[in-house]
Formats: sequence, C-alpha cells, structure tokens
Amino acid sequence: MMAACDNVASGSGKTMFFAEGALSNPLGPYRRMGLPLNVLLLSSIVKILIIAHLLLIGVMAMIWAERRISGWMQDRLGPNRVGFQGLLQPIADGIKFLLKEDLIPNHVDKPLYVLAPAMLLIPAMLTIAVVPFGGSIEIAGHTIPLQIADINIGILYILAITSLGVYGVVLGAWASNNKYSLLGGLRSSAQMISYELTLGLAIIGVLMLTVVEQGGSALSLREIAKSQGKNLWNWNFLIHFPAFLAFTTAMFAETNRLPFDLAEAEQELVAGYHTEYSSMKFAMFFMAEYMNMIVGSAVTVTLFLGGWHFFGLENVGGPILSGLISFGIFFAKTAIFLFVFIWVRWTLPRFRYDQLMNLGWKFLLPVALSSIVVTGFLWVTTDGNKLLIGIGNVVAAFIVISVVGGLLVMNKPPEVSTPEIAGLDTLESEGSS
Amino acid sequence: MNPEQILFFVFGLLALVGAISVISFRHPIYSALALIVTFFAQAGLFVLLGAHFVAAAQVIVYAGAIMVLFLFVIMLLNLGRRDREGAPTGAKLKGIGIVLGILFAAEGIYIAVNARNGTAVASAQPAPEAVTTYGIGELLFSKYLLPFEVTSLILLAALIGVIVLVKREKPTDN
Repeated sequence: MMAACDNVASGSGKTMFFAEGALSNPLGPYRRMGLPLNVLLLSSIVKILIIAHLLLIGVMAMIWAERRISGWMQDRLGPNRVGFQGLLQPIADGIKFLLKEDLIPNHVDKPLYVLAPAMLLIPAMLTIAVVPFGGSIEIAGHTIPLQIADINIGILYILAITSLGVYGVVLGAWASNNKYSLLGGLRSSAQMISYELTLGLAIIGVLMLTVVEQGGSALSLREIAKSQGKNLWNWNFLIHFPAFLAFTTAMFAETNRLPFDLAEAEQELVAGYHTEYSSMKFAMFFMAEYMNMIVGSAVTVTLFLGGWHFFGLENVGGPILSGLISFGIFFAKTAIFLFVFIWVRWTLPRFRYDQLMNLGWKFLLPVALSSIVVTGFLWVTTDGNKLLIGIGNVVAAFIVISVVGGLLVMNKPPEVSTPEIAGLDTLESEGSS
Repeated sequence: MNPEQILFFVFGLLALVGAISVISFRHPIYSALALIVTFFAQAGLFVLLGAHFVAAAQVIVYAGAIMVLFLFVIMLLNLGRRDREGAPTGAKLKGIGIVLGILFAAEGIYIAVNARNGTAVASAQPAPEAVTTYGIGELLFSKYLLPFEVTSLILLAALIGVIVLVKREKPTDN
C-alpha cells in the first residue's frame, strides 16, 4: 500500500502544490492572479487575519445592533449602560460567558456534547474564505485581490460547507440527551435539508448567465460579482428577482432565524438544541448564529446585489483608495442586509411547522425551478435580452405560485367540524377562500 | 517530501483512521461521524488530484445530504437509549466479510505491485477539460450524455418509488 501511495503522490509531480501546477494553473483551484509566491502567502495571511477578526468583531457588533434595534422597534431602550450607547455590552457579555462555570451535565454524551458547538462554529467561519469583499488593492506593483481564496468552485464550496453546519445542531441536540433538545435538533435538520435544495437551485439561473458572460469560471464568486459591475442595472436581483427572494428566504431558514427559528422555539422547546448548554459553549452556538447571518448576507450581496460595485463608485480614486472604497461599498451593503435580518425578525411571526414545509417544498422550490427553466429558455430565444429575462422570471414565478396555491386550495382536506362553537365553520371557510 | 505529499499522507491517514473507526465504534452515531471524516478526507484527496468539482460534490452529496439522513435514521432507531448491541454477527455475515476482505486485500496488493511498475494506475493528471466545472458540464452533455441521462432516470425512478411508498392513500385522521 505504501508503494501505491508513493507512486500516486510522485506521479502527480507535475502539479506540485506550491511549486507550479495547482497554484499557477489558471484553471486550478486557487488562481494566483500573477502574484509571486511570497507575496501571495504574505497577503493571504494578512487578509485572513483581518477578515477573521472583522468577522468576530462583526458578531459583537451584530449582537449589540440586534438588541438596540429590537429595543427601538419595540419602543424601549435596549442595553445602553456599558460604554457609549451600550457599545461595550457584548464585551461584558463575553466576559460573563468566559467566567461562568463550564458545566457539563451528567446525563450527556460527553465527547459529542463538547464537539457540537465547534462543529457549528467552524463551518460558519470557513465560509467567508471564498467571499470577495472588494475589488483589488495595488501595493508595491502587485495587484492583490481583496479575497482570501478565489477558488474555482467558490459557490459549491459555500454550499458544501454550510451544509455541514447542521451537524453541530443535530449532534448538540442528540448529545444533550434531552427530549426538547432532540426535538429541536430534528426540526432543524429537516428544515435545513428542505431549504438547502432551494438555496442550491435558486443560484443556478445566476450561474447560467454568468457562465455565458465570463466564460468557464462562473462558480468563482469573484467572477459572479464582476459580471454585475458592467453597467448600472446589471445586478442579479433585478434579472432573477424570484430566485433572489427564494434564495433569501432559504437563507433565513438555514440560519435558523425568525420566522424560521422552530429549532429553538422558546414556547415549545425551552431553548431547543442548546437547552443543556451554558457558559462559553452556549456562547459558541450564539456566535455561530450571528456569524452565519454575516456570511449569508455577504454571500447574498455577492450573488445578487452587485458585490462591491455601486454605480462606478468603486473605480473612483487611485489603486489603493478604489480598493478601500470597494471594500466600504461591500461592507455597507452587507450591513444593510444584516439590518433586514433584524427587521424581519420583528415583522414576521414564527411559522408553524406545516407552514414551513409547505413554503419550502410547494412554493420556493417550484419558483427556483421555474427560474432555471425560464432563464435558460429566454436566454436562447431572445438572444440574451436581460430585461425580457427579468420580466419572464417574475411572470413565471407568479404563474407557478398561483397554480400551486390553486391546487392547494382545491385539494384542501375537509375541515374538522366543531359544532359546539357556532359560526366557526363559516369563519374558517371565509378565511381560506 | 513536498507539501503536496505531506497533505496526501495527512488525508490518506485520516481516511483510513475514519474508515476503521466506522466499523470499530460500538455506537452507530459515532460510526456515522467517523464516516463523515472519511468522506471529508477523500474530498481532500480529490482536491490534491485536481478534481475540485468532485471534491465539492463529495462533500455536498455524502457529507451533507446522505449523512444528515443517516443520522436521522439512526436517531429515530435508538432514541434516547444507548444501544450497545452491534450489528448482527452470524456465521454467514462473517463469511461474507472474510471473502470481501480477501478480495479487497488482493486488489490493493495488485494495485500496489503494478504501481511500482507504473502500469496499473492511471495517470493522476485529470483530463484537461475535466478540471473545471464548465468542462465537466460540457463532457456530461456531449460525450457522456447517455450514461448521464440513464443515471438521472434511475434517480428519478428511486424518487418516484419513495413517494409511492410513503404516500398515504387518503388522510383518514383529519
């Protein structure tokens, strides 16, 4: 066996990982962008450090923002005592989490109980690696792209890594050995499996148009963002509006946020999968949720909202300034989208479980499928008229939703009649018609 | 040793340890977890071979969807109680295991011996057009159209079969 291993490793000697091959191959996994190796490594390390810390600070900022904005929406103050306007509240929370006793209940499955929070947090952090957070900066004659790794399968990487996040939830739920936790974990896994399909299918329309425009590397998130910067109204959410809505909804479900937070519905399941967790382990679950939100927003901005482009503003200024401006644009867009997350939380009530499944399988999935068919069909028949594709997508989505809705109403199982309560039948039939 | 070889051994070792753990853990949940480790290490090996699409597909399909369902089934099978009973160990199963083990060992030795001569193992270089997802897509819809469509038909049949099996005739309770 050793001999075989040796041979395979040296057989691919032409594609040495750091020498040539993998890194220099323009179609390879990591496009080197014409950078010398030492510049590539140094710039990558700097970018990783900056982005990882920005992500962690972003989590803190989001926790503060969520509490303050929730307070504002409910006409109360929210935390405003620690530091200016309560800005240091997340730090105080963090210290509290760290100093609390790291309690492991006796009835849990210890290895998995300890492992689960990390298994949720790590995928959340890994995903940001392929998201382009700006154009490029020119330092000392080297053009450095503002992205940690521009891999050729960027969007597939994101789908693969986010699909691993569910393990943290399910394992944490199972290891807790608590029926409420387990119920929460099972709900969460069913929800994530259902909405992952929509998540994957909704982006195919985007990928199809990008592949025609940018050639064979449409799965690279940088290429997708670039394809939206050509003119003012090229952002994908205009061309693929139904797919954009489906993708966003599915992302809300994947991040377990209201209105999709059935996995931790307080009124039914105590705290769902993290009922048995306390101190820093709970904090890791908590951080993972916010990290998923941030990364999800960044991915949505890249795929549908033009990435770092904003009406040519990203080209203003010199080689360094324009890079920073493009990063600022991306940052602002992500922040706005994160506000939408909080906004939706206090706008929509939680779905019932059957409503959740109906929405995912009977509405979002057909809409995502229709967007693929319509985009492909109209691209060929109208010679790539994006206005027509955009209109066609919306019309198709309307047709799909009305057909599915009509079928649902027609096939509705007969209501259970409750003769004791007079007038309830008429009320219900009015409500459903 | 260059970095690529080090990574190869890391992933190879991880895959082997994971595979052995799958059958040596007494608890099915741990076995399933070990299987994820194996699949993940295999994805890493695919990346080293330059087959990035396959690596991503490996993680999405196996480590993602199938394993979630796997866990689902396991958890519903022994909900809340530690099932220390392993798989049924009949003489028949042992026989099958021994036969399969000998077959795999023979295959491994055959490959190892021939790899020394450089004949049995195909080149580690993927076909140039199969490197990118675009190239794979083109190959699937031109050269390998028939196998691709046949596979999709099989999957469709399985899908319909599941729906037929699961579907209740008429909702009687509501």
